[in-house]
Amino acid sequence: MSRRRRSPWIGPLGLYSPGSTPLHRAPVGAKLTALALLGLAVVLVRGPVGALALLAVAAAAAAVARQPARATLTGLVPVLATAAGLAAFQWWQQGLAAAIEVSVDLLTLVVAAGVVTATTPADRMLDALERAARPLRHVGLRPESFALSVALMLRTVPALVQTAAEVRDAARARGLERNPRALLVPAAVRTVARARTTGAALAARGLGE
Amino acid sequence: MITFESVAVRAESTPGAPDVTILAGVDLHLVERRVAVVGANGSGKSTLARLVNGLVLPTDGRVLVDGLDTARDGAAIRRRVGFVFTDPDAQLVMPTPREDVALSLRRLTLDAAERAERVHGVLARFGLAAHAEVSVHALSGGQKQLLALAGVLATEPAILVCDEPTTLLDLRWRRVVDELLDSLDQQVVLVTHDLDAAARADRVLVVDGGRIVADGDAWGAIETYRDRMAVR
Repeated sequence: MSRRRRSPWIGPLGLYSPGSTPLHRAPVGAKLTALALLGLAVVLVRGPVGALALLAVAAAAAAVARQPARATLTGLVPVLATAAGLAAFQWWQQGLAAAIEVSVDLLTLVVAAGVVTATTPADRMLDALERAARPLRHVGLRPESFALSVALMLRTVPALVQTAAEVRDAARARGLERNPRALLVPAAVRTVARARTTGAALAARGLGE
Repeated sequence: MITFESVAVRAESTPGAPDVTILAGVDLHLVERRVAVVGANGSGKSTLARLVNGLVLPTDGRVLVDGLDTARDGAAIRRRVGFVFTDPDAQLVMPTPREDVALSLRRLTLDAAERAERVHGVLARFGLAAHAEVSVHALSGGQKQLLALAGVLATEPAILVCDEPTTLLDLRWRRVVDELLDSLDQQVVLVTHDLDAAARADRVLVVDGGRIVADGDAWGAIETYRDRMAVR
């Protein structure tokens, strides 16, 4: 009997999800500014109650953006695992209040960043980043290269997930799914190869020069 | 117009070892609308293709495109020469078709509304409008290659270089891509193992062991290629 194949895990960042919600229509600069302000609030607001309130704000933004709850939660599994590890360490070192605050802060930032990438197409993100990076011209950096680098970094997440899935399938086909070397080495090699081919693809399209 | 003047490409195989010659003694003047390049695997035909838009630079000699030198005027040449890879996954950078075509158009001076309109037009022309927001990983191999072509042709290059664009495709998609390439107004340099596609070219180059061993009309060049393959 064949098992239904699970679709590959897609992380909380990277994929644009089309829609017409107020957050989809909002200017990119406003969304990035709000994200920066939320980040600042996460640092400044102390205590578990404040942290949970900020997480509620991020969750409300995800709801307004109509992000599917199940897919969002599935995408957050690795972050939740990291937050749990972080919470355990903080509980041991600083107590329960610090544990809740630090782990919830992490979740808040990832959920909020995910809302921005999910509601902003890459070209609008690139336009906004280019505008924001114009002052970098004074120090010899090209705003368009900076913007392209940031956008590529965000959008590469789904591609890396795809690479990991392919490597896992290849290892499974050879009965090596429990061998870390059979998973990590090809994944690293393919990731570097992908970076090189992406560079060639950008060069071939005359981008970033 | 593409000109190769005494072009050679050599590369280091392993540190300390002598350089390996990938291409040597290439002199060409390509003005035909359809040029096909055929040859065995590892013969140097992909390197020949990559020389045209400066993805590979010659070790000796020079390559000129409309009078511009690929070594000096790479950026200007890449605005004139579009390049399509064998594997579309190597070419598609953004996660959705709409975003990928929009990325190509960033090279042109368009405002956001013009760019969006142009993206829609390009995707519609290539029959991909219904897949505009789908993950590129969810597209079939043929759709990915069409999207790769769409991304390149969106900027309307004067010359299109395709490095085995149908090698990974099934018969149906091969026919779709072949028909698309045949319909283009641009000069097309097509590297291919598909001798039927090569036979439709105005000129065929046969590359073997890093040298052009036959150059002429399709019939004669393909016969030479078949003969060379038969004796191996």
